[in-house]
Amino acid sequence: MDAERTYTELAQRARAALASVNASPGVAKPDPILLAENVRRNFGGVTAVDVQHLEVQRGSITALIGPNGAGKTTLFNLLTGFDTPDSGEWMFDSKNLKKVVAHKTASLGMVRTFQLTKSLTKLSVLENMKLGATHQVGEKWWNGLLPFRYRKQEAIIERRADELLKRFKLDHMRDQYAGTLSGGQRKLLEMARALMTHPRLVMLDEPMAGVNPALKQSLNEHIRGLRDDGMTVLFVEHDMDMVHDISDWVVVMAEGRIIAEGTPDQISSNPAVIEAYLGSHQGKSLLEEESA
Amino acid sequence: MDFIKIIENTISAFFGIDAAYFALAAIGLNIQFGYTGLLNFGQSAFMACGAYGLGMTSQYFGVGMWWGILIGLALVVILGLLVGIPTLRLRADYLAIVTIATAEIVRLVVRSVRFKEYFGGSDGINSFSTSFRNLSPFDPGAQYGVRPFQYSGYSLWTMIVGWSLVIIFSSLVYLLMKSPWGRVVKAIREDEDAVRSLGKNVYSYKMQSLIIGGVVGMFSGMIFALDRGSVQPDNYSRDVTFYVLTALVLGGVAKVSGSVVGPMIFWGLYVFSDNFLRELTKDRPFEIFGFGIIQKAQVGPVNYMLIGLGLMLLMTFRPQGIFGSKEEMALDGR
Repeated sequence: MDAERTYTELAQRARAALASVNASPGVAKPDPILLAENVRRNFGGVTAVDVQHLEVQRGSITALIGPNGAGKTTLFNLLTGFDTPDSGEWMFDSKNLKKVVAHKTASLGMVRTFQLTKSLTKLSVLENMKLGATHQVGEKWWNGLLPFRYRKQEAIIERRADELLKRFKLDHMRDQYAGTLSGGQRKLLEMARALMTHPRLVMLDEPMAGVNPALKQSLNEHIRGLRDDGMTVLFVEHDMDMVHDISDWVVVMAEGRIIAEGTPDQISSNPAVIEAYLGSHQGKSLLEEESA
Repeated sequence: MDFIKIIENTISAFFGIDAAYFALAAIGLNIQFGYTGLLNFGQSAFMACGAYGLGMTSQYFGVGMWWGILIGLALVVILGLLVGIPTLRLRADYLAIVTIATAEIVRLVVRSVRFKEYFGGSDGINSFSTSFRNLSPFDPGAQYGVRPFQYSGYSLWTMIVGWSLVIIFSSLVYLLMKSPWGRVVKAIREDEDAVRSLGKNVYSYKMQSLIIGGVVGMFSGMIFALDRGSVQPDNYSRDVTFYVLTALVLGGVAKVSGSVVGPMIFWGLYVFSDNFLRELTKDRPFEIFGFGIIQKAQVGPVNYMLIGLGLMLLMTFRPQGIFGSKEEMALDGR
C-alpha cells in the first residue's frame, strides 16, 4: 500500500526524519513536539501508566497501540491534564505542562478527542463547531450582553466553521442538532471541532471505534490531511490495518509501559509486540479486541 | 357559586405581583438549572439575600434603601462563592445537596433568636420600604384600573417595577444565551469534559452562571419584600424554591418565554383552584351522595395536593413544558 501512495512534502520530511531513528522503546526523535519523562500513575495498587521516556516527532502521524488496559487512554488523560500523574514531567513544544490545567492545553495548541464521542447533542452542528474557537470575545458574559462587541469575530469564526464542515462533508447537516448525526458523523464532527482550536498537536482517542468501513477510509484521509496541513497527530487505535496504513511511527504500550517503537513494518514483525498481544494473555485480549 | 369572581381573581393573578416575583426567581433559576445544568435547589437563599440586604440596610446601617441593592449583591456573591467553590468541581448532585442545605441554614440563621437584633427573628424586618413608597407616582390609598385589573396605588407601583425588572432581565438573558457565553454554558450542561478539552474554564463558567442566576433571584426577593413591606424568614423556605422550579418546568426549561409565562400560569392555576375550592365549600362541606369530599378548612392542603398532582401529570404527558422543544427533549439519552 505504501508504494502506491504519494506523500506530500511535509509527510516525506516526517518520514525521512523517522527513518533514521532507531526502533527501540523510548528513543529520542530529531524534533519532538511532545516529550514525556517518567510519567507514572497508580490507581490503588495498580500501576496504570509507567512511561520512562516518550517523544513524538513533529509533523508525524504517531499511533499508540496496545492491548486493552495497556494505559493508552490514561496516558492521554495525563498528557492533556484531565488526570494528574503521581510523578513525572511532560513538555509540549518545550513548555512544561506539569502545572497546566486541562482547559489551558487547548489554547497552547494541543487538543484531544474522546473515545466515547462527545458531540453536544442539543447544540446545532454549527454551534458545536463555533464552540471550538478559542479566545472568543463574546465568551465573557459582559461582552455577551453587547452583541456588537463579538459580532465581527463571530462572523470570522462562522466562516472557518463552514470551511471545516465542508471539508469534513458535514455542511449539509450544518443547522441540525448534533444529536441527529450518526455515530460516524459524530466522530467527524468531533475531529472538525477540535480543529477549530487551531491546534499543532491533535490527539485522537480511538477515532475509528464504531465507524463503518466506508467512513473509515474517509476518516483516514482526513487524518492524513491534518499532517499535510502541518499538524502532528497522535492517536490511539485498535484497527491494525488502519494503523499500518496511515501512521509514520508506532508506539506500543502494554501494562502501562512502552514496550516497542518503530515504523509500522518494524512493529508488525516485532516479537515483543506479538507477545504483548498474544503471549502473556494467551490470545485472550486479542479475542476481546475482535468482539469489541 | 360566584364564577365571575373566580375568573376575575384568576386573571388578575396572571399579572399579579406573585407571578412577577416568581418570574424573576425563575429567570435566575433558568440560567443556572435550565441553561447550565446546575441543580440549584437553594434559590430561596439568594432571594433571602436580596430581601435581607434591603431590610438590614435601612434598619441597621441607617443608610438609604438603595444601598440595599449593593449589599444584596455582595451577599449573593459571597453566598455563590461559598456554595460554589467546594461543589462546582464535583458532579451536579453535590451542588443540589449543598444548595438545599444552605438555603435552610440561611433561613434558620435569620430566624434564630440568637441573631434577633440583626435579622429580627421570626418577626423579620418591617420598616424599610418608605423611600420606595415615596417614589411611587400613584396615590397609595386610591384604587386604579378597572376590574379585574384593579389595584391599590402601592400594589400598582410594585407591579410596574416588578414586571419592568422581568422584562429587563428576560431580555438580558435572551441576549446572553444568544451569545458565545450562552453557547459555552449550554455546552457545559451537556458535557463538561468536551468543553474543557476545547479550552474553556468550565469551573469559572459554572460559577458565573450560579452568581448571575443568584443576582436575578436577589431582585425577586427584593420585589417580594417591597410588596409585602416586610422581610420574613419563612417566606424563603424550601417550598418557594420548589414552587419556582415547578413554575419553570411548567413553562419550559431553557426557554426565556417559559421562565416568564410558566410562573404566570402557575399562579393563575393556583388562584383558580384555591378560589374554586373556597367557593365550593363556602356554605357547607362539599359532598357527593352524602360522602364528604372536602370542607372549608381543607382547602389549603388540598390545593397543594392538586399542584403536586398537576406537576406529576405535566412530567408524564408534557415533560418539555409549555414552551420547551420536544425535539430537544428527544435527544436526551442518546
